[in-house]
Amino acid sequence: MNFLKKFGIPIATLIVFCLIWEFIVWINGWPNYVMASPSDLGPSFLKFRWLFLEYGWDTLWRTVAGLLLAIVFGVVVGMIMGFSRTIREAIYPLLVGFNAIPKATVVPVVALLFVGQHDLNTILIAFMISFFPITVSISIGLSTLEPEYRDILLSLGASRFTIFRKIALPKTLPEFFGALKVSVTLAFIGTNLMEIVEPHGRGLGHLFDSGKISADYPLMFAVLIALAIMGIGLYYVVIVLEKIFAGWADRDVT
Amino acid sequence: MSSKALIEIKNVKHAYQTDAGPLPVLDGLNVEVAKGDFTAVVGPSGCGKSTLTRLIAGLLFPNEGKVFLQGKRVTSPRNIVGMAFQNPVLLEWRSILDNVRLPLEIVPNELSRKQIDDRGYELLAMVGLEGFEDKRPSELSGGMRQRASLCRALAHRPEVLILDEPFAALDAFTREDLWQIMHELRHQEAFTCLLITHDLRESVFLADQVVVLSDRPAKTQYTLDVPFGRDRDLDDLYTPEATEILRDLRYQIQVAQKRVDEEIQEIDK
Ligand SMILES: Nc1ncnc2c1ncn2[C@@H]1O[C@H](COP(=O)(O)OP(=O)(O)OP(=O)(O)O)[C@@H](O)[C@H]1O
Ligand SMILES: [Mg+2]
Repeated sequence: MNFLKKFGIPIATLIVFCLIWEFIVWINGWPNYVMASPSDLGPSFLKFRWLFLEYGWDTLWRTVAGLLLAIVFGVVVGMIMGFSRTIREAIYPLLVGFNAIPKATVVPVVALLFVGQHDLNTILIAFMISFFPITVSISIGLSTLEPEYRDILLSLGASRFTIFRKIALPKTLPEFFGALKVSVTLAFIGTNLMEIVEPHGRGLGHLFDSGKISADYPLMFAVLIALAIMGIGLYYVVIVLEKIFAGWADRDVT
Repeated sequence: MSSKALIEIKNVKHAYQTDAGPLPVLDGLNVEVAKGDFTAVVGPSGCGKSTLTRLIAGLLFPNEGKVFLQGKRVTSPRNIVGMAFQNPVLLEWRSILDNVRLPLEIVPNELSRKQIDDRGYELLAMVGLEGFEDKRPSELSGGMRQRASLCRALAHRPEVLILDEPFAALDAFTREDLWQIMHELRHQEAFTCLLITHDLRESVFLADQVVVLSDRPAKTQYTLDVPFGRDRDLDDLYTPEATEILRDLRYQIQVAQKRVDEEIQEIDK
């Protein structure tokens, strides 16, 4: 029953979704260059299976690398902002301003900055688009730490680092994972922005672009579906990590 | 034991630096607590009682005057202090036992893992929390959490127990339960206690000595020796003698709040 609930329901939803999609395309009589239907995707995947594997891998590792960079940067900056009110007030406007810039406009800048460095460029955009939620979550988690925690530990002679390790860090983990779930999807968007725009790039974004150039609409849709699948996969990796490291914060008992 | 005080606060003056300039909080405060004694501190809201606890714990240093613990000047936090607050602040990702163990993970000691656990079991049993060792804090009631917080404060066998309104957020019946538990803890553990409270009955039921602070900036306004022995019963609070003491304290608090003078002026008009 539990197993069915956990996997059966999402899979059933997916199947229903595809059926509705297929049905809408069929009833409108759309040709596949207007709107591809799920039944067009299978042949497309089959035809380009090696490219899907190769480019899928490119996209995946670049996204994960950008995300890791975002985690390191976000945690460090979030920590500094969480512990020092002055620094927090000093750099918040800068961060918000940077985050407000549409990353599509940054893509050509970065592409020109490191011409030819496809991997680096892609990772950089994935990083830039995804670090903000992590930074904010860590800084809020730390700055809202009840002063009593600090007093109890300080009065016992604990160092600031001990307070961070024993209390601040674990206490912030639930917020951190919440932010990471948002960042995972953002990082995918970043990776693909770069892969689509940059010439001679690789990755699923590039495959999408080739589909566009050769007017292979089923291929373009197949790429989107592949991206969605990878996004779901990575999202669940985060969920599993969250269960392991911050499972205590999960209070619902359904 | 000599009568030398374990906690000694001498002529302490302190002001916080705020945006609006210095805010004088303590002004010539003197408090002495002998080893093994239980002192309650009462005073108007915001008069500087929590500031006093931070001075003793070595988390804050006075602008003027001196604070001594065991005859030594307080210049940094000393791990002979245990603290509990109105907010029990238990760590949600730890079991109750692991919460109680926390001080023993920080204060250097020679105890084995098993001895540390046993200390936790022992304390939790004293406050009636046996069987709850593996529960999460969120599974406990407010009163139970506060009991666990007391156990944590005592885990490393501190010389001084500082309690900053630990029972203030509890309902009347739970609070009376915890008063009894405090008495039992005092029988089992050797500590000197400084309790901050707003509840005069609580101060009379628990303490050997009640210190009334004046309004901010606070100085010692009045000290009362509670004429009851160590063994106390809640019924003792309803004797004429206790009523007299409580009335006396209530009057002193009103003086501290400068209400008495105003009332007299009202009558004069
Ligand atoms: N870190 C601080 N910086 C500036 N002002 C402070 C600081 N801590 C406390 N104060 C102020 O000093 C005064 C005394 O504070 P304190 O917390 O010691 O009072 P209290 O007697 O414990 O009050 P309460 O009865 O409400 O617990 C208050 O007016 C408070 O606003
Ligand atoms: Mg206070």
